[in-house]
Amino acid sequence: MNKRMGNQTVAFQSEVRIFSTACVAGKKEGQGPLGKYFDVVMEDAEWGEKTWEKTESKMQRSALIRAVEKGSVEVKDINYIFAGDLLNQCISSSFGLLDFGVPFMGVYGACSTMAETIGLSAMAIDGGFADCAAAVTSSHFCTAERQYRNPLEYGNQRTPTAQWTVTGAGAAILSNKGDGPFVTHFTSGRIVDMGISDANNMGAAMAPAAADTLDAHFRDTGRSPDFYDLIVSGDLGLVGKSALIDLMYEKGFLISKNYDDCGCMIFDTKRQDVHAGGSGCGCLAVTLCGFIMDAMKAGRLKNVLFMGTGALLSPTSSLQGGTIPSVAHAVALASERM
Amino acid sequence: MDYDKKDYKNFIEKKSPNSKLWRNMLSSFVVGGLICTLGQGVGNIYKNFFGLDEADVRIAVPITMIFLGALFTGLDLYNKLAKYAGAGTLVPITGFSNAVVSPAIEFRREGFILGLAAKMFVIAGPVIVYGINASVIMGLVMYLFGLVK
Amino acid sequence: MEMFWEYFNAFWVGGLICALAQILVDKTKLTPARILVGFVVLGVILGGLGLYEKLVDFAGAGATVPIMGFGNTLAKGVIKGIEEKGFLGVFTGGATAAAGGITAAIFFGFLAAIFFKPHQK
Repeated sequence: MNKRMGNQTVAFQSEVRIFSTACVAGKKEGQGPLGKYFDVVMEDAEWGEKTWEKTESKMQRSALIRAVEKGSVEVKDINYIFAGDLLNQCISSSFGLLDFGVPFMGVYGACSTMAETIGLSAMAIDGGFADCAAAVTSSHFCTAERQYRNPLEYGNQRTPTAQWTVTGAGAAILSNKGDGPFVTHFTSGRIVDMGISDANNMGAAMAPAAADTLDAHFRDTGRSPDFYDLIVSGDLGLVGKSALIDLMYEKGFLISKNYDDCGCMIFDTKRQDVHAGGSGCGCLAVTLCGFIMDAMKAGRLKNVLFMGTGALLSPTSSLQGGTIPSVAHAVALASERM
Repeated sequence: MDYDKKDYKNFIEKKSPNSKLWRNMLSSFVVGGLICTLGQGVGNIYKNFFGLDEADVRIAVPITMIFLGALFTGLDLYNKLAKYAGAGTLVPITGFSNAVVSPAIEFRREGFILGLAAKMFVIAGPVIVYGINASVIMGLVMYLFGLVK
Repeated sequence: MEMFWEYFNAFWVGGLICALAQILVDKTKLTPARILVGFVVLGVILGGLGLYEKLVDFAGAGATVPIMGFGNTLAKGVIKGIEEKGFLGVFTGGATAAAGGITAAIFFGFLAAIFFKPHQK
């Protein structure tokens, strides 16, 4: 039984479902258009912790606990946790998920982490190596800002193409039984670098990777964009979203009808002063675990393709004048199995 | 890839919105100008009410402006002003103060020694390094060519 | 009336220096730190040539408050140091003149870090 389709896609043969999800979001995100879909909206950036790094760990922990409760699963039934975040050495995940006592696979995919960890969880389950696996990720505006940019009190003018890191964490529990939408395909992306070096224009750096993966997905599966009710990318923002539509058009795919970007959905870009939109691991995580799952369970969406987009730069590579290599991973969901 | 890198850069440059240069210049002009006017006022107070001579005023004014920059940074107001003022808050000496104070506040969580103190000049350090170096090189040239008696 | 012109000149000269820096921020890829370094070095050069002092005479705080004034202070300090101490002054003059500003930044920075917490955004 060959589970591979084309070069980059795997098709899951057995039942793999996203069985329970939960998300924790920051205050600003809670005030955005998707606010009502979040399980928990934090009242402040600290959430009772002494440092923002600890807050971010707590967000991951809370998201997973909430997902466990919502799905009424036992923590001991989870065979693997696949998790990652943006901070150096992925400390939000390692400190946040310490207490669960579940085998842990640390994953670094920058902002593509939600799609990557769900894809890996699904592969583990379809491969027969797990019955149940969890995918967790997070980002926090304050921790990302101090790691990648400047101290928060530093007076700095953001450029119009800059994006706002989403404060949010999402956890998805995948299982080979129960209910919830099916994970049908996983198209993993290649590293693509088109020479963009402006760290204040991440969407532009990531759009070619997104186009590469999307193109591979359509070629490998033989599907057309129309197949999906919704195609979402993780955090391309206004510039990247518009670039992806153009890049796909040139590859012969018209996606503008049913395509949107979580970075543009999560904030009201006119009202919330986020310049080109949201970014960060949490951007896709809370949109998927909140809004998209809600819509699929309610039957408003049937076939969804979500794609995490990650800019694989580090502050060191940026200082050394490096360009921004990027990656995108796409996961196809269906409320009914064909 | 269908695009080569140069084409892609051009493509993206067309797509990316530009900064509103005229608006930014106006706000940096007004705010920067007002900060300097404040400095002038502070200097006049020292001169007229405290009787400081010109040389002492030139020392006291920067110290006062640095204090005000630190205060407004700590109150989380300086960066809010900077969002609109841009270079208007960057270039005055208050901006130098902001660049010293903001990492000190933020990295205190990593400790008083290796956090606060070690990171204090992470942004503003270059100004001192190149300012001092430039002055030493200039001094050497002047000394060697006998330009200063 | 003389008072008014003093403030007026400080306002427009200081504002103009900031507006010129804004062009560099928006139109070049230079980071703020690089622009400040450029300005301070320019201040040292203009100060060494004795030109910056002319601007200070005209605009007062409009010339001393921008970071170029810090460069000018360094340059003038070095010249004064050489006058007083000869060769040693090359090394002592600049820092002596700038001592007030640097010490204030360190001390107030330390105080601010003790009394204030970083703010969430």
